[in-house]
Amino acid sequence: MAARTLFDKIWDDHVVETLPDGTSILYIDRHLVHEVTSPQAFEGLRLAGRKLRHPERTVAVVDHNVPTSDRSQPIEEADSRNQIETLERNVKEFGVPYFPLLSANQGIVHVVGPEQGISLPGMTIVCGDSHTSTHGALGSLAFGIGTSEVEHVMATQTILQRPAKNMRVNVEGTPGAGVSAKDIMLAIIGHIGTAGGTGHVIEFAGSAIRGLDMAGRMTICNMAIEAGARAGLVAPDETTFEYVRNRPFAPKGEGFEQAVAYWKTLASDDGAHFDREVTLRAEDIGPTLTWGTSPETVLAITDTVPDPAQETDEAVKAQLQRMLDYMGLEAGQKIAGTPVDVVFIGSCTNSRIEDLRMAAQVAAGRKVAPGVRAMIVPGSGNVKRQAEEEGLDRIFLDAGFEWREAGCSMCLGMNPDRLTPGQRCASTSNRNFEGRQGPGGRTHLLSPAMAAAAAVTGCLTDVRELA
Amino acid sequence: MEKFVTLSAIAAALPQANIDTDKIIPARFLKTTQRTGLGKHAFDAMRYLPDGAENPDFVLNQQPWRKAEILITYDNLGCGSSREHAPWALLDFGIRCVIAPSFADIFFNNCFKNGILPIRLPREVCDELMGDAQMGSNARLTVDLPRQVVIRPNGEEVPFEIDAFRKHLLLEGLDDIGQTLKHEATITTYEKRQDRDKSWLPTIHFD
Ligand code: SF4
Repeated sequence: MAARTLFDKIWDDHVVETLPDGTSILYIDRHLVHEVTSPQAFEGLRLAGRKLRHPERTVAVVDHNVPTSDRSQPIEEADSRNQIETLERNVKEFGVPYFPLLSANQGIVHVVGPEQGISLPGMTIVCGDSHTSTHGALGSLAFGIGTSEVEHVMATQTILQRPAKNMRVNVEGTPGAGVSAKDIMLAIIGHIGTAGGTGHVIEFAGSAIRGLDMAGRMTICNMAIEAGARAGLVAPDETTFEYVRNRPFAPKGEGFEQAVAYWKTLASDDGAHFDREVTLRAEDIGPTLTWGTSPETVLAITDTVPDPAQETDEAVKAQLQRMLDYMGLEAGQKIAGTPVDVVFIGSCTNSRIEDLRMAAQVAAGRKVAPGVRAMIVPGSGNVKRQAEEEGLDRIFLDAGFEWREAGCSMCLGMNPDRLTPGQRCASTSNRNFEGRQGPGGRTHLLSPAMAAAAAVTGCLTDVRELA
Repeated sequence: MEKFVTLSAIAAALPQANIDTDKIIPARFLKTTQRTGLGKHAFDAMRYLPDGAENPDFVLNQQPWRKAEILITYDNLGCGSSREHAPWALLDFGIRCVIAPSFADIFFNNCFKNGILPIRLPREVCDELMGDAQMGSNARLTVDLPRQVVIRPNGEEVPFEIDAFRKHLLLEGLDDIGQTLKHEATITTYEKRQDRDKSWLPTIHFD
């Protein structure tokens, strides 16, 4: 057989049937469901008199709408409450396993899946959420789908897809001080652009990627969608197997050994064909952040904001100017030193225990700058508990951070955690679109360490200066 | 799903690249449990002023484009989230066809599932069609799906590509679930093979 990529192997292994026009019916091993993109799908099933083909390959959780404040209180916003209650009625009616709001395991769907061993290497995983690409860090094919497709997977346990093209992004070398997975991924997006991966599945490879822990790989794959890719993945290796071992829903004993033997066959073969290949050197990447309203507007913290006057294409010029105006920045200004109002450490990109440890390291013994609101939102109840066992909550609380309950929180303006117009936020999330964190809010995407540095200095800061 | 065969309609030009799903429908409007009713929030941030009044400068607030059924933009339309609320909002506003040099993958897919035809055309062609769109109601564009052409007001025909299966579903107004379920026996065979070859693959049961 011809040399195949990791993506090709997982794809081939899940094709149920290829239709004459080249579309494949692709089998789905895991379907993750949340409250925002599922109600219309359940409704569709009900109207058509259909059931879930495999509720036991499906897991539901609430995350997008949930308040991250005191959980003993009822949810105030009526439409949020309605969406959550609708999910609860639906999972009961259709028999779907569900982590309710008050479960210790509740959290952001892309944190909970890997953490529970619900998402495993070699699987096909879908969820009605674009950041499903996160699970690709395990070496699975994981991608976001729309609500009609959610309904399709519920009814058939398959999805209609055409194969994607293969792209490989290699990051070689050893990252320098103050550089984590987030900086690497922002640099990659800055390099290839928000449409750089369109139509492709990106395999992340190279020594710098191999050297990342699973949380770091999840940060990378999480933002594959920001590079336009359908999915991102990393070949499973010993780091992966050690991570998966003993997770609550992972195979155990002999089953685990069989699984590992299979997972080991998945890495891309030598000589496998990639339609596009890009290589970056880790040494060239410093602490990185975004300045504009598209994830590709990336700068090193030591850089200055671009000047539209330097552009020749009128459309690009206008777009840059619009971003500067929206972000309240001047062409050519240094990005470091820009004052922030809010710091948000959380989201499916950077809310795992490893992320909180990086932030805590910077926060320890320091104080949140006056006038700055800084919040830490763990990705799941389990992350929160573990952080408390390690004493991270004390570090954050002593420094003046808010220590909140798990959820999507300020990653998107859908629950009570929102920016007000004009507020500037240093955020570890993944999207800086206009209004993403609340109407008129200004987002700078950066790493947990950089976010903590912004919190304690009150402005965008090179974290290396706090070492 | 409503069939899509031919559409002769007013087109609106939105000459921007990277119009993301948050621009098409901001997250705070995603709390609905229905597919309809989102049209009034489509392009909310561009369409309304901070006090809630309509922004008179925004094309979809102007005559005749308030009745636009075709939307033309620049590259990477629909990037960002997988929310199907984006095509639902467009559809509820009345848009049945979107034309751009390129689309984000998930949005592109989601359009088809809702009877919206997304058409990829080169940037120069989009510029020409945007020029036509400026002429407003004097210049309807006609989209002829069976023949795969966009007909400009001057009669010129611009051909476009579309996947045969998707074309069939749009023309007939079919949903894919029914189509896939015709292959149920193959799905069952696949599952039996998987149960045998990957017996370690866990299923999820909560107590
Ligand atoms: S944390 Fe943000 S990006 Fe992640 S699932 Fe929630 S809303 Fe989406």
